[in-house]
Amino acid sequence: MTDQTASTGLWRGLGLRQKQVVWAWAFLALPILFYALIRFYPTGEAFYLSTTNWNLLSKPAFIGLANFRRLLADPVFWQVFRNTVLYLVIGTPVSLLLSFTVAYHLDRVRLLHGFIRALYFLPFLTTAAAMAWVWRWFYQPVPIGLINDALAALGFPQQPFLRSTTQSLPSVLAPAIWAGLGFQVVIFLAGLRAIPTTYYEAARIDGVSNWTILTRITLPLLRPTIVFLVVFSSIGFLRIFDQVYNMTTNDPGGPLNSTKPLVLMIYQTAFSSFDMGYAAAQTVVLFLALLCVSLVQLRLLRDR
Amino acid sequence: MSAGAAQGRAGFGRAIAWVLLLAGGLAMVLPLAFMFSTSLKDASEVYDLRLLPAHPTLDNYVTVLSDGRFLRWFGNSMGVATVVTLSNVFFDSLVGYTLAKFEFRGRYFVFLAILSTLMVPTEMLVIPWYVMARNFGWLDSYWGIMFPGMMTAFGTFLMKQFFETVPNDFLEAARVDGLNEFTIFWRIAMPLVTPALSALAIFTFLSNWTAFIWPLIVTTSKELYTLPVGLSSFAVEQQIQWELIMTGAALATLPTLLVFLALQRYIVRGVVMAGLKG
Repeated sequence: MTDQTASTGLWRGLGLRQKQVVWAWAFLALPILFYALIRFYPTGEAFYLSTTNWNLLSKPAFIGLANFRRLLADPVFWQVFRNTVLYLVIGTPVSLLLSFTVAYHLDRVRLLHGFIRALYFLPFLTTAAAMAWVWRWFYQPVPIGLINDALAALGFPQQPFLRSTTQSLPSVLAPAIWAGLGFQVVIFLAGLRAIPTTYYEAARIDGVSNWTILTRITLPLLRPTIVFLVVFSSIGFLRIFDQVYNMTTNDPGGPLNSTKPLVLMIYQTAFSSFDMGYAAAQTVVLFLALLCVSLVQLRLLRDR
Repeated sequence: MSAGAAQGRAGFGRAIAWVLLLAGGLAMVLPLAFMFSTSLKDASEVYDLRLLPAHPTLDNYVTVLSDGRFLRWFGNSMGVATVVTLSNVFFDSLVGYTLAKFEFRGRYFVFLAILSTLMVPTEMLVIPWYVMARNFGWLDSYWGIMFPGMMTAFGTFLMKQFFETVPNDFLEAARVDGLNEFTIFWRIAMPLVTPALSALAIFTFLSNWTAFIWPLIVTTSKELYTLPVGLSSFAVEQQIQWELIMTGAALATLPTLLVFLALQRYIVRGVVMAGLKG
C-alpha cells in the first residue's frame, strides 16, 4: 500500500518528457527481449556452431575452421554451389524480363486491366507445396503428363523432365519463376505508374519513337524499382528451398543432386545427418552470399 | 504514310499486344485451372486430360475432408497464421510507433539493431532455433511453430514509416486530454494507419500460410503438421492418386484465392506497399 503511493508519487514527480521515456522503454521491453533471444543470440550461436563438430548428443567440440575446409573439399558442396548460382543467374533475368514485358504492355491497357493483372498475380498467392504437385503431374510421362501428352500430339519426342539430371533444374525453376512473376508485375506496374506523364507527353510532341522513350525515359526512371526487384528476386533464388524440396520429395535435391540448392543441403546436413557444425558452416556461406547481394544493392542505389 | 494509317497500325499493334497479354494471363492460371478441374474428376476420368470434367463430382472433396488429418492440418495452418499475424500487427505497430513518435536516448540504436536482423536469413537461424526449441521442450508444439515469427523487423520498419506520417498534433491533443500513452497509441494512432495495418496483416498471413521449412523442421507428429508440410508428406506414404492430391492442393489454395477475389484492390495495394516501403 505504502509502496504503491510511493511509486505513484514518484510517477507524478516525473516531467512529461521523462514519463515519455518510461513509456517508450515499457513498450519496447518485450520486443527487445524477443529480438535479443530469438534473433541476436541465435545469430551468434550459428557463427559459433560453424566452428564446432556437433551431433546434438555430445557437447559441441571446437574445431576452428575445419568445417569450412571440409566444405571446400566437398564435391557435393560445389555441385550445390553451381546449382544455386544457376537458379540465380537464370531465374532473376528471365523472371524480370518476363514481368517487365507484361507490366510495360499492361500499363497501357484499359480494357480488362484489373482482370488481366489478377490472372498474372494469382499464382503468387499459392503454396509451393500444393503447386509442386500440379507441376509434377504436368511433368509426368504419357498418358497422365500434360506436357508430354502435348509433345506427343505435336509429334515431338518425350522428355524426362524431373527424371533427368540435365532437365531437372530448369523443370524445378519454371514453377518458381511462375509463382513469383505476379509480384514483380505488380511492383513494376506501381513503378511505371509513378513516372509523371508529362515526360511522355513531351517526348511524344518531339516525335520520339517508342523504343527511345523506353530506353531513355522509362528504364532510367524505373531504376529504383529495377534495383529493388533484382535484389529481391536474387535473394529469393539464393534461398530457394520450398519448390525444390516439394518437386523432388522422393529424393530431395535429386536426381543425383542435380537440383539441390544450398538451403536444401543445409536442411539435410542438419536434420537428416545431424551434423550441426557442418550445417552451420553452410549457413555462414549463405549469409555471406546474401551479404554480397546487399552490398551490391547499396552500391547500385548510391551510384544514382 | 498518312497519319491515319500510322494510327491504324499502332491500334493494330495494341490489339495484338492485348491479345498476347490475355493469352499469357490465361496460361498463368492454367495450372490452377487443371488443379481444380482434376479435383472434380473421378478416378476413371483422371487420365482424360480435358480441362472440363465430363462428370463433375465433389466426391474427392468428401474423401479428403472426411479423412480427419487434412482438416486438422488446415486448422493448424489457419490457427498458426492467425495468431502470428495478430502478434505482428500488435507488436510491430507498437515498436514502429515508439520508434517513430517518442524521443529518448537509444532510439536510433534500437532501430538499427532491429533493422540489422534483416541481414540474417532465417535459414541461418533454424539450427539455433531447433536447439533452443529442443532445450525448452518446444519441439512439436504450436508455440514451437510460431515463436520465431511473432515479431518481424520488416513489419516494424513498415509501420514506423507509416506512423511517421501521422501528425504530432493529434497525439499532443490527446495528451492534453489526459489519455495515457497506450490509449493514444491504440485509440488514436492505430486507426490512422489502417491501410498499412491491412497491408502488414495480408503479407504476414500469406507468408505464414505458405511457410514451409521451419514447420517441416519443428514438427514431427502428423497432428501438428501445417497444411504445406502435410501436403508434402503425401509423397512418402501413399500410391499417388492424382485426383485426391489435386483436391488437397485445391483446398490449400482456395482460402487465399477467395480472400483475394473479395479484397483484390486492397491486396494488390497492400503487397505493393509492403514490397516498396519495407
